[in-house]
Amino acid sequence: MNAPEKAQSAIGASVRRKEDYRFLTGGGKYTDDVTLPGQSYAYFVRSPHAHAKILKINKSAALKAPGVIAVYTGDDTAADKMGGLPCGWLIKDVKGEPMKEPPHPPLAQGKVRHVGDQVAVIIAETYNQAKDAAELLEVDYDVLPAVVDAVEALKPGAPQVHDGAPNNRCYLWSLGDKAATDAAFAKAHHVTKIDITNNRLIPNAIEPRAALAHYNRADESYTLYVANQNPHVERLLMTAFVLGLPEHKVRVIAPDVGGGFGSKIFLYAEDVIVTWASKKVNRPVKWTADRSEAFLSDAHGRDHHTHAELAMDKDGKFLGLRVKTIANLGAYLSTFGSSVPTYLYGTLLAGQYTTPAIYVEVDAAFTNTTPVDAYRGAGRPEATYVLERIVSQAAREMNLDQAEIRRRNFITAFPYQTPVALMYDIGDYKSCLDKAQKLADVAGFPARRAEAEKRGKKRGLGYSTYIEACGLAPSNIAGALGARAGLFEAGEIRVHPTGSVTVFTGSHSHGQGHETTFAQVVAARLGIPVESVDVVHGDTGRMPFGMGTYGSRSIAVGGAAIMKALDKIEAKGKKIAAHLLEAAESDIEFKDGKFTVAGTDKSVPFGGVAFSAYVPHNYPLDKLEPGLNETAFYDPGNFTYPAGTHIAEVEVDPETGVVQIVNFSAVDDFGNIINPMIVEGQVHGGLAQGIGQAMLENCVYDQETGQLLTGSYMDYAMPRAADLPSFKVDTHVTPCTHNPLGVKGCGEAGAIGSPPAVVNAVIDALAPLGVKHLEMPLTPERVWRAIQGKPTKVA
Amino acid sequence: MSREPNEDSRRFLVKLTLNGKERTGYCEPRTTLCDFLRHHLGATGTHVGCEHGVCGACTVNVDGKPVRSCLMFAFQADGLQVNTVEGVAGEDGRLSALQQAFRRHHALQCGFCTPGMLISCQDLLDRNPRPSREEVLEVVSGHLCRCTGYVGIVNAVLDAAARQRELK
Repeated sequence: MNAPEKAQSAIGASVRRKEDYRFLTGGGKYTDDVTLPGQSYAYFVRSPHAHAKILKINKSAALKAPGVIAVYTGDDTAADKMGGLPCGWLIKDVKGEPMKEPPHPPLAQGKVRHVGDQVAVIIAETYNQAKDAAELLEVDYDVLPAVVDAVEALKPGAPQVHDGAPNNRCYLWSLGDKAATDAAFAKAHHVTKIDITNNRLIPNAIEPRAALAHYNRADESYTLYVANQNPHVERLLMTAFVLGLPEHKVRVIAPDVGGGFGSKIFLYAEDVIVTWASKKVNRPVKWTADRSEAFLSDAHGRDHHTHAELAMDKDGKFLGLRVKTIANLGAYLSTFGSSVPTYLYGTLLAGQYTTPAIYVEVDAAFTNTTPVDAYRGAGRPEATYVLERIVSQAAREMNLDQAEIRRRNFITAFPYQTPVALMYDIGDYKSCLDKAQKLADVAGFPARRAEAEKRGKKRGLGYSTYIEACGLAPSNIAGALGARAGLFEAGEIRVHPTGSVTVFTGSHSHGQGHETTFAQVVAARLGIPVESVDVVHGDTGRMPFGMGTYGSRSIAVGGAAIMKALDKIEAKGKKIAAHLLEAAESDIEFKDGKFTVAGTDKSVPFGGVAFSAYVPHNYPLDKLEPGLNETAFYDPGNFTYPAGTHIAEVEVDPETGVVQIVNFSAVDDFGNIINPMIVEGQVHGGLAQGIGQAMLENCVYDQETGQLLTGSYMDYAMPRAADLPSFKVDTHVTPCTHNPLGVKGCGEAGAIGSPPAVVNAVIDALAPLGVKHLEMPLTPERVWRAIQGKPTKVA
Repeated sequence: MSREPNEDSRRFLVKLTLNGKERTGYCEPRTTLCDFLRHHLGATGTHVGCEHGVCGACTVNVDGKPVRSCLMFAFQADGLQVNTVEGVAGEDGRLSALQQAFRRHHALQCGFCTPGMLISCQDLLDRNPRPSREEVLEVVSGHLCRCTGYVGIVNAVLDAAARQRELK
């Protein structure tokens, strides 16, 4: 982090970010910063009830309110035959039947299913007028009983969220060989069992969602500015599935976006409604969420209840793993809601271990809560939490060292086919563990524990050796598993006549620093200064296509597309250089920004070739087009598999239950690293969210009324600076074998690896007091109750 | 969080000094200072994250003190000096010592919380040129950042303090 600032563009240099200047000076342009002439404002009237029939809506008073332009309800969207919000991944259940896909109307059709469900939209001259008019909209509700807990929702007699999903079940899905797993358990020396909850989280990007739509009657086109991570996907889903618009008439721009963490991947009702309404009122329509709306309407994350069993032989070698999870999908299927607890979860249950037989079942339920979808890690933190908790418990039950049980079971030969569908290409789990143990000074821990004991404090050490599958994804494999979209990425390299370069990428940056990292990749390859490369993203009108940013895919897939386009630039450049240098194309080498005739000092710089391409006076026009502009699409051959070891050291005050994380060490293998400073920043941010989940954050609904009790920053505990330790982070590199940069992705690792490390550490600290189990978040009350031997399940 | 003047309500003329320049605009009694700055004066560098005074993204400096501009009405700022992120860098666009340190220490990612962080941390450095790590932590803990994990921010403030002392 404190490496001297290098003016170089080399891969592996901590180049300071190109985007920082505008963000440091107030020059960023986020969606709410955009103002269009004649702009009107939308305010959404949302359900105050978790579950209710809408008996009647009376618009008349609202329509008469000052400044009101229009009031629309579900009747208006139905009259325009607006489709429902689609789900991007079809899951087939254990019998091969498709999941239940009840309609997800952008404005409620006769029924509301969660607090915050959209009932109507008011469009007015000003935001305050729209909000004032919302008070005058009369909605008669017939309140129905609600169910918010997925376990309760699946029980007989529970309130039914959708008529088309009996027993609130979306699917019962399985993965793995059940018979082989049962056989493994039959020969087990010991079976460790665990029941754990993965607490529900609210993503809380600091920029609230926003959308501003403009319909241009002159050419029947739409422009939508939206806080979104994948504008092309947003456009595809909105035009093809909801509004039935021709895609070429819709431009989606995701300008500067203030954090996403998954929550801005999805197509939301508000985006669709403002786009549709902009034509109806023939005015630009702007909507910006306030924080209360963000809590109620941004897709939530996690919310699993799991029973897991691990079978071992007498030496602690894993023989089989059996997992049964109940997942809460919320009231509707969000864009990728169905895939998170299935293919992004079950497939990760092998972890770093050679467990030969694994069987997982996931029962996914609808409830009267906000839809649940991908949040930083998306399924992989849930899998890692189950696995790393049960492995640590197994070590305690088998009286084995926490590191030793992991070492005994590590995969060491690659490629490795797991019993849950993934083929790991490469990794070195032992080296990560060794390095993390040194970083955490594990050797000195007994002395630190003894010292703490003298002060009446309990110290513990917790491990998590995690794996993730990133770089989503081979389109054909994802398609076979139910994905309804491709998962490639696109990149375009536009070389300008004077040799500077604009890069257009389908990846989207909302804090990740792509404008710098991608520029480094291009600058290094072309041998030009990083200042000569600008990266453009987030606009369907400017780049060829894009699947966007999620699942730590940008450098692994988006970066690979750019490398492929650079291959084409280099190939064409060689042809041009061969002509200029009067040599055979096969004799031309490209290195350090120069095309050289091999074995000679005859060369032409990259800029000279670029100029020639655009001023083709001396140019092989009979054989070659002028210009130097190339586009490439890259579809990955496999997932990438970042992995690592996280070690938490905690100190617990047994009198109060207060936990202090005194040390957190992470050694991650992200493959090759382009910009170490940015990678470290991604790890820090992920750790903050993972530690937030473990220590502080918890989304709570009232079980009876379905009201969100943690609907503000006064109630939902976000990690602050004083809540977090200083992190010790390092990397170990095994380059990815199947993409041109050898990269794996680093965005989610911190959030995936850290929660079990923290919880395992606290259990380790309190094991001498008889504590065997804890649930997240580790509030002082919960920890204190566990120490007292009292039930820990509190709200 | 977008707000426009309500043509039908009683409106106030507000005259304030924004980053050294006198600015005027009309607002409703209920218009918050952050909305006034962003949507009436076009100073969109100040961001609004929660509208209940917790996240700190909207922090601006009013008459020498950091203030949550979502918790202050625009008319309350009438006649006062308001400094925002747009005024932190020099007239020539050169970044301040604190801004430079933020860049050096990768103390920002998405940039949304950054304007408020800069205002509060600069205020700390103005009051206390030798802050301890704990004092910096206390100020930074008044803000929410979802991206960075705060380590870079705290290091940036300490580094900026050290470099400012060297210059004096």
